[in-house]
Amino acid sequence: MRRAAFALATACLAVLAIVPAKAETLIAALSTHRIAIASNFTGDQLAVFGLVERDGRSVARADPYDIVVTVRGPQRMLIVREKERVGPLWINRTQRRFPDRSIYLSVATNRPIKEILSDEAARRDRIGLANAQRTQGSFDFEFDIGRFRDALIRTLEGKQLYSLDERGVTFLSPALFSSQIKIPAIAPTGPYEVEVLLYAGGSVLARQTTNFEVVKTGAEQSLASAAHDRPFLYGLATAVLALLFGWLATVIFRRD
Amino acid sequence: MQIYLPIAELPISIFLVLGLSGAVGFISGLFGVGGGFLLTPLLIFLDIPPAVAVATVAAQVAGSSMTGVLTYWRRNALDFKLGGILVTGGIFGTIMGVLFFNSMRRLGQLELVITLSYVTLFTCIGGLMLFDAVRAALRDRRGKPARRLREAGSHPPWMGLPLRMRFPRSQLYASVIPIAALAVIIGFIGAVLGVGGGFMLVPALIYFFRIPPAVVVGTSLFQILVTMTGATVLHAVTNQSVDIILAMLLLVGGVIGAQFGGRAARNLNVSSFRLLLALLILSVGLRFAVELFLPPAEPYSVVVTEGAQR
Repeated sequence: MRRAAFALATACLAVLAIVPAKAETLIAALSTHRIAIASNFTGDQLAVFGLVERDGRSVARADPYDIVVTVRGPQRMLIVREKERVGPLWINRTQRRFPDRSIYLSVATNRPIKEILSDEAARRDRIGLANAQRTQGSFDFEFDIGRFRDALIRTLEGKQLYSLDERGVTFLSPALFSSQIKIPAIAPTGPYEVEVLLYAGGSVLARQTTNFEVVKTGAEQSLASAAHDRPFLYGLATAVLALLFGWLATVIFRRD
Repeated sequence: MQIYLPIAELPISIFLVLGLSGAVGFISGLFGVGGGFLLTPLLIFLDIPPAVAVATVAAQVAGSSMTGVLTYWRRNALDFKLGGILVTGGIFGTIMGVLFFNSMRRLGQLELVITLSYVTLFTCIGGLMLFDAVRAALRDRRGKPARRLREAGSHPPWMGLPLRMRFPRSQLYASVIPIAALAVIIGFIGAVLGVGGGFMLVPALIYFFRIPPAVVVGTSLFQILVTMTGATVLHAVTNQSVDIILAMLLLVGGVIGAQFGGRAARNLNVSSFRLLLALLILSVGLRFAVELFLPPAEPYSVVVTEGAQR
């Protein structure tokens, strides 16, 4: 009996010792949930604010907190083509398809990813531009898919659709952090998912996701929906307007 | 100053587009070509998706050729009879071209077909025209007439085929068959390359049928006007990629440019006119050849497939 009570007490103590270790919770909020595209849209920014809440009883950690903010934009099928030499010509020979790839991807961290976690953990947790869209437990069936993926990332980085900022998260206090998400002018419309991960000593302590959307508004919205919902009328209107412009020009510039 | 294009889904500098379309409009008014073969590659170079560029340029070309048609009509330099035959043939060619376009796209070799055809077509036509223009200039210097004058009863053999018709305005009495065949071929090429085809039609009518250049330009513009108006509506219905804001910007620049081009054309003599057009077409061909023959800086390209858009 005494033994049993002792065992129970140790178990309770053990639980008490473990539970506080997992006691961090992550609260994240966006400055806006809707990026509106109007005729003067040239890109936009939004801020992520977050707070690491610690259970009062938990002990202070030896390792500092690390934050990784990953934003994944709307998905499309992407095709990467490679030009090869055929006789004297350079033509597209090989292509690889990447179904359901985000056209927008941004990764921001408070310090270089390599210092936060190991390569293996980065692959597992989908951290970094190359890993962010890896499907769980998938294998690369084609041996050369890697260079096509690198080319894809390189090209989209060049268009500022993909970005990695290893100083993009700032800690305002040991528990309060913020990060800027840049939306380039050519960003696709649709839903964007923001994933915030809290790390310490190379492992995930907490995770929080939220989202925002990029939408066309006003005239941009009505023109785009007219083009899709009433294509014939839209086309006819454009053609008539074009001919009217042409006629107007002869009237204005008529000299003879 | 930037404006966001609702269909192309990117912002673009208003002044850049106006300047660009003004310059192309000037060339189009000068030579009686639609200018699509210059404007489409330029827009693609500005990161506008190729489908949007091709479809929107169709609208712009329709508008600027309207200006040209009205101007030439007023000057009585437009042959509606000849134009009607060209339009009819062009429609058949366009339908065949669209079918070919779609089958090449299924095979995944559309880009190669387009680049190769640009290179062969532009360098061949440009080279031939340049050769002819230089030869005419040399004859001129030796005091001979620049080109052999038409003599009564003498004509190339294709003009003597059956179904001969009179085209008084074009000073032409020729068989309908080669004219319609020419229109079919140009309609086909135009649909595949997304261009109006004026740059092919103008020299073909001048060289093969010896029609006075002034009438050729007006008639060619008429053919382009009809085809491109149809193409605008067809593009809007089939792939929804006509950007009305971009089209309007291109039009403002284009029609103004075309006015000045049309005026400049009156002060230009025939041989320098042909030499300039030849050089222009040749240089576009060489520009595409460079892309095909030189090792690319970045061998990879990323294509975003449409469809999963909404």
